[in-house]
Amino acid sequence: MAAEDSELLAIRNLHVDFETDAGLVPAVRGVDLNIAPGETVALVGESGCGKSVTAMSVMRLTEGRITAGSIHFQGRDLSRLPEPELRRIRGGQVGMIFQEPMTSLNPVFTVGRQIEEVLTLHQQLSASAARAQTLELLKRVGIPSPERRRLQYPHELSGGMKQRVMIAMAIACRPRLLIADEPTTALDVTIQAQIMELLRSLKQEFGMAVLLITHDLGVVAHFAERVLVMYAGKIVEQGSVRDVFKRAAHPYTQALLGALPDPLEPTLRLSAIPGRVPSPTMLPAGCSFCARCAHAFEPCPTERPELFEVSGEHRAACFLRRPPATFAPTPR
Amino acid sequence: MSIPVGPTPVVELAPRPEAEALGIAETPAQQLWRTFRKDRLAMLGLYVLLALVAVALLGNLLTGWWVVFDPTTVRLPDKLLPPLSAPSTALAPELRPPFGSYPFGTDELGRSVFARMLQGSFVSLSVGVVAVGISLSIGVTIGGLAGFYGQRKLGPVSIDTLLMRFTDVVLCFPTFFLILTVVALLPPSIYNIMIVIGITSWMSIARFVRAEFLALREQDFVTAAQALGLPEWRIIFRHMIPNAMAPVLVSSTINVAHAILTESALSFLGFGVRPPYATWGNILADGRSYIFDAPWLFLIPGAAILVVVLAFNLVGEGLRDALNPKLRRRAS
Amino acid sequence: MWRFLARTIVQRLLLLIVISIVSHTVIHLAPGQPTEVDPMNPMMKAEDIAKIRKSFHLDDPIYLQYVHWMRDLFTGELKSFRDGLPVLSKIWPRFFNSLPLFLCTTLIVWTASFPIGIQAALKRGGKFDRGTTFVAYTLISIPGFFLSYLLILWVVRSFHLPVIGLRTFGTESATGVVRVMDRIWHLVIPSLMAALTGITGIAVLSRYVRAQMLDVLGQDYVRTARAKGLDENRVVYGHALRNALLPFVTMFGLLLPGLISGSVIFEQIFAWPGLGLLSYEAILTRDFPMILTLNFIAAALTLFGILLSDILYALVDPRIRLE
Repeated sequence: MAAEDSELLAIRNLHVDFETDAGLVPAVRGVDLNIAPGETVALVGESGCGKSVTAMSVMRLTEGRITAGSIHFQGRDLSRLPEPELRRIRGGQVGMIFQEPMTSLNPVFTVGRQIEEVLTLHQQLSASAARAQTLELLKRVGIPSPERRRLQYPHELSGGMKQRVMIAMAIACRPRLLIADEPTTALDVTIQAQIMELLRSLKQEFGMAVLLITHDLGVVAHFAERVLVMYAGKIVEQGSVRDVFKRAAHPYTQALLGALPDPLEPTLRLSAIPGRVPSPTMLPAGCSFCARCAHAFEPCPTERPELFEVSGEHRAACFLRRPPATFAPTPR
Repeated sequence: MSIPVGPTPVVELAPRPEAEALGIAETPAQQLWRTFRKDRLAMLGLYVLLALVAVALLGNLLTGWWVVFDPTTVRLPDKLLPPLSAPSTALAPELRPPFGSYPFGTDELGRSVFARMLQGSFVSLSVGVVAVGISLSIGVTIGGLAGFYGQRKLGPVSIDTLLMRFTDVVLCFPTFFLILTVVALLPPSIYNIMIVIGITSWMSIARFVRAEFLALREQDFVTAAQALGLPEWRIIFRHMIPNAMAPVLVSSTINVAHAILTESALSFLGFGVRPPYATWGNILADGRSYIFDAPWLFLIPGAAILVVVLAFNLVGEGLRDALNPKLRRRAS
Repeated sequence: MWRFLARTIVQRLLLLIVISIVSHTVIHLAPGQPTEVDPMNPMMKAEDIAKIRKSFHLDDPIYLQYVHWMRDLFTGELKSFRDGLPVLSKIWPRFFNSLPLFLCTTLIVWTASFPIGIQAALKRGGKFDRGTTFVAYTLISIPGFFLSYLLILWVVRSFHLPVIGLRTFGTESATGVVRVMDRIWHLVIPSLMAALTGITGIAVLSRYVRAQMLDVLGQDYVRTARAKGLDENRVVYGHALRNALLPFVTMFGLLLPGLISGSVIFEQIFAWPGLGLLSYEAILTRDFPMILTLNFIAAALTLFGILLSDILYALVDPRIRLE
């Protein structure tokens, strides 16, 4: 494997399980993910594929248990780090913004106080220095009249402004990595564009790496450099945005892209992917996508595909891409 | 707030073939039962309640109609005997208890405590159930009307305001005081007690139903039903009430427990049902005087009330946990 | 906000008047005349009865009786049926007996419920949680008087100590310290019983605290607080608790009516001469003015309590405050 030291974030073979009434449910089943300093990586997939869980596991914010694998950030394994040190990294070197700005801010504290809290905690600023810095941050994320806004409570702000406040909190300490879990899903379309634009300018100014979780392929196309596609807890395709979008190799990715209506070619029906995402409690043997795949053939139902190389860094977990040399039929 | 996911919440008794084809395995009712079953304490409570109903029915039968255990027989030579003692030889043969012993001893008049407890079980249980039945009818009606027709005006005020102000007024009455006053001033009768407890405990049910109805009205399935031209009463009864029942069910179960406790408190203060009618409350109250000499007269009914009320509470809490969607695992 | 306040006060006052009218009507509609059960003189002659009825306006139409009641009440002239003494002068000393009991019970309940509830929520499913849950359910289910009698039985049998009443008979001549300690001893037991089993007791309140904490701990903003790197104590006690406490501030105001209504049973058991016992006796003897007055006071306390809750809630929750 490439030296983990050069990567900002290196997730290896991550397995995350949830304890439920129905037993131990695997939400993430062996995910590998790298992010280089300053790189923007998108993790896409449908609801329930495990992308949010993966993102939240980085800072151990999920209720699930990490049952295997490692999460190396700047050389240290976050999954095994003692709590006090992890806390220093949370909010300091790694910032995170969440999907629902409506409920992610504490309703009984002013917006300014919530931002100042991060500053006083990680940078030990005095109260007045923190206040000044907060005003700067609010200005930077595009909130007008910050002196007034600072003293307001979350319910007095619109959804878009709340999300800007969240971003201000997350970048207050100039983190090396920003994890954005569906940051625009709960917002109006016009606000979505503004927020993504803000993130882009912040990314450039600070040289931050960004891990973007989303199911919106349009956002990925405009914002990310590399993309990983997740399905049922595993990565099924990864590569640069150009490679994956122009020459999708995995049938699932192809179907996702094909499901997007093309305004230049109006068709009578949208192509939906037949079948349903398998429930994590009843995962099929072999390739998880096999039952819904139009190209399924002999090895698919029984063997689990690994990420085969398509070209350079572009990989897909599909037997269609398996190099012919290994096709020798072995007795089973 | 998170958007509710899942099939339209209409309660069915058994899954129809289409549901099975879609992979939906069970109805909400079956799901409720399955979750409820996992709670061991709640199941214990349920068994106790089933046993109680059996005992109450049997007891009523065996002490009232086909008399095996006679609660009214006075046997002065045998008074104040401890549990499991045999009748004295001085007793006339026709007065001897069945099976030649007093399982729970005798009271100050030589009556079999066991027989009185049997008779009392039916009475105590029915007081609880009828009282709650009354409060349910009133509460659901008022709450449902306020929730559904709330915006219509009746003169200068809307129906909602009218009904809710009325509820507030009744809530402001010092309840126990009122019950006490009414019960003391009216001729003592079990029906008075049932009615009075019933008409002073409907308020929380009305509030719950109104809140549920207000939420349900906005949901699409109501609009869909209206668009289909269904008459209003049918929408209310067939579609909305089953969905609003969750908190009401929990509330009612706990209210039965509370009604039984209130009845025993009333009997303790001397305002309960008059002899020879036995309720557990007045057996307990009578036993108060003999607490040092014949403690079983006090302990047995007290323990019985404790067990039954505890069972109701456990079942009620079990229902609340089983019906609470927040406690189920979220879709990632 | 002040307009909102003024409006609520007026509404509550109206409500109070309505309640007084309704209770007045209810009492007078009940069968049984007060003069039938006058314990002072079971063999009253007809003209005595007529005299009593006249002086208490019992033959007037009901609305006139109401007016008389209200007027007498507020001028302090209202007299009890039992012994002709002014109602308010009988209530006042009993109030001072009930007050320490009420305060002590409330203190016990509120200082114990929060730590228990919070701990149970933090270590949900653990031994502490399961243990306190079981105990709470049991306490909720025990009839209050049952537990009290059991306790009395145990204390008297094992320790030979008196438990009933305000003080032990014969301690009036003892020294100050002994007297005080005796009073405290007699206060603690009934308070403890009321605190454990009452409807606003530890059992119920701690469950509610636990439920609120669990609810708040599952909220998104708690996750955000953790994502900022705050340590667990800050997250729980700074961010979560502050939100979880909101409904309890309002509950505080609703405690007030407990001064009268909560204590009837416990004052009866422990022979504590307070307002509860007074109302019990009044009901038994059909002492209308007393019953009505106590009812009125209870209702007034309830409404005042609700008003207090509304004010406190508006002060504490920023979402309400700024409207």
